[in-house]
Amino acid sequence: MTLKCIAGIEKPDSGEIVFDGKVFYSSKKKINLPSRERHTGYLFQNYALFPNMTVEENIAAGICGTRSEKAKLAGEKIKTFRLEGLEKKYPFQISGGQQQRVALARIFASEPEILMLDEPFSALDSYLKWTLEQEIVEVLQSFKGPAFLVSHNRDEAYRLCGRMAVISEGKIDMLDDKHGIFENPKKLSAAQLTGCKNISAAKKISDNEIFASDWEMPLKCAEKVGGNISHVGIRGNYFEVCADLSEENAFEYEIFQKIEDTFSVILMIKKKDTHPEKLIRCEVCNKKWKEIKEGKKYLKISPQKIFLLEG
Amino acid sequence: MDFSPLWISLKTSFIAVAAVFFIGIFAAWRVSKAGRFKGLADGIFTLPMIMPPTVAGFFLLLIFGKNGAVGKFLSFFDISVVFSFSATVISSAVAAFPLMYRTSRGTFEQLDKNLIYAARTLGMSERKIFFKIVLPNSSASVGAGVILSFARALGEFGSTIMFAGNIPGKTQTVSIAVYSAVQSGDRESAYKWVMIMLAISFLSITLMNSFEKHGMKFIKKPFGGDEKWGFTLISRKISAILALKFHLKREGKHLESSALPEAEKA
Repeated sequence: MTLKCIAGIEKPDSGEIVFDGKVFYSSKKKINLPSRERHTGYLFQNYALFPNMTVEENIAAGICGTRSEKAKLAGEKIKTFRLEGLEKKYPFQISGGQQQRVALARIFASEPEILMLDEPFSALDSYLKWTLEQEIVEVLQSFKGPAFLVSHNRDEAYRLCGRMAVISEGKIDMLDDKHGIFENPKKLSAAQLTGCKNISAAKKISDNEIFASDWEMPLKCAEKVGGNISHVGIRGNYFEVCADLSEENAFEYEIFQKIEDTFSVILMIKKKDTHPEKLIRCEVCNKKWKEIKEGKKYLKISPQKIFLLEG
Repeated sequence: MDFSPLWISLKTSFIAVAAVFFIGIFAAWRVSKAGRFKGLADGIFTLPMIMPPTVAGFFLLLIFGKNGAVGKFLSFFDISVVFSFSATVISSAVAAFPLMYRTSRGTFEQLDKNLIYAARTLGMSERKIFFKIVLPNSSASVGAGVILSFARALGEFGSTIMFAGNIPGKTQTVSIAVYSAVQSGDRESAYKWVMIMLAISFLSITLMNSFEKHGMKFIKKPFGGDEKWGFTLISRKISAILALKFHLKREGKHLESSALPEAEKA
């Protein structure tokens, strides 16, 4: 939706969109620049190639100028996007990967100032997805302006982007570089989106200790606990096996359920002798699983790896 | 035999369809993009299809008659539309317009919106979008709309007889000629006209089906939904006729085969 507003496809209810000093939209000043004057490049999920035009015509569609200029620029783009030999083919005659390249070539031929990618890989199988992702990385490196990618897949976003924004219910909850967002989500929505499996409501006990009420567990934290912390999050793969209870945040556990995943084992656990509302999801690699099977009864979570989250 | 009704019919239909082609597509494009008054505009444009043709003819008489708004205006230039050749064209066009309009609007609205959005972000003007993207991608249905409206214009009877009358050599179209022939007991010419009309109708259907096939050149998925209602209606009729024929044929064979042994016995 945000991308569509930037591109001028959708009209926002109110607010302002300014890019590089140029006002795209302003509800106050009653400005709504038509899409064609915004010079944005928008990659649609289904690529939106014109079915009645050949590859060549599709690419030339967005070029302004005389016929020979069009042909020249289209020819260049066909070369850069490795589409030689497909010039006279129609979109339905080429593969999904080729279609994406045509769509990108068409966008680049129109010389956009911003590039927007709207979930470009969501409808693809994992192998094709990887190939296309590599191609997009290549394209993005050659693009000088800013590029936006919308994705529901955290891994994809992490691999492709430098900075990330977590948008929840139409509002940006968090904006940071990707390392920041994944290592310290700070917000509940960010933690959920980055795939934090264990989230519990939490109460502050002291400056560096909280009580996770859903798990009935007190936890020590490395950070100072702020006043508006409402939740605590722990990634499933941050648990470590330990010998006894002397270490920080160590606890004796009981296994409720064991689920085998492709390369790891997922354990649904709880602290011994408690009756919590939620179980903790703990992912261990096969090697650790051996140790657990051999009878190690204690797990710990290092205080540095506890996320303190605001609601 | 006087062929003037055929020429009048064909001339009327061609002129009416030529006018309806542009007006219908334009109206469809505007309505498919319209915001607030979409429902109202759509209702008005579809009305001639729902109204009995005689009611349409009555309205045309009101509008173009001596005391009607347009009639009064035209009488300044000494033009009288009622009971003239232009009246047959107007009644045919009014009857054919909703078909052209509906079929075009159906495809325009079914067109993948992303194509239009993509074209806009690529900097294409609205006019260019319409002529280079919307129209070529709807060509199959627009073609079908032309054929449908042509067939409708050719078959127009009710409002023509009200508004243009039954003047041989001037406003007497084939459909009216059939009516006149039956009325005067001239069975022979009635049959002739009926056969001619049937031939033209079949030709239209064949043409329409070939348009439908042509449309699949670009788009693998066949067009579904609204704009096809015209086809289905007619193709259902045809298939019913074919099924009946087939049934009769089989029945006949059955009779033959059951009759044969008896003949052998005899």
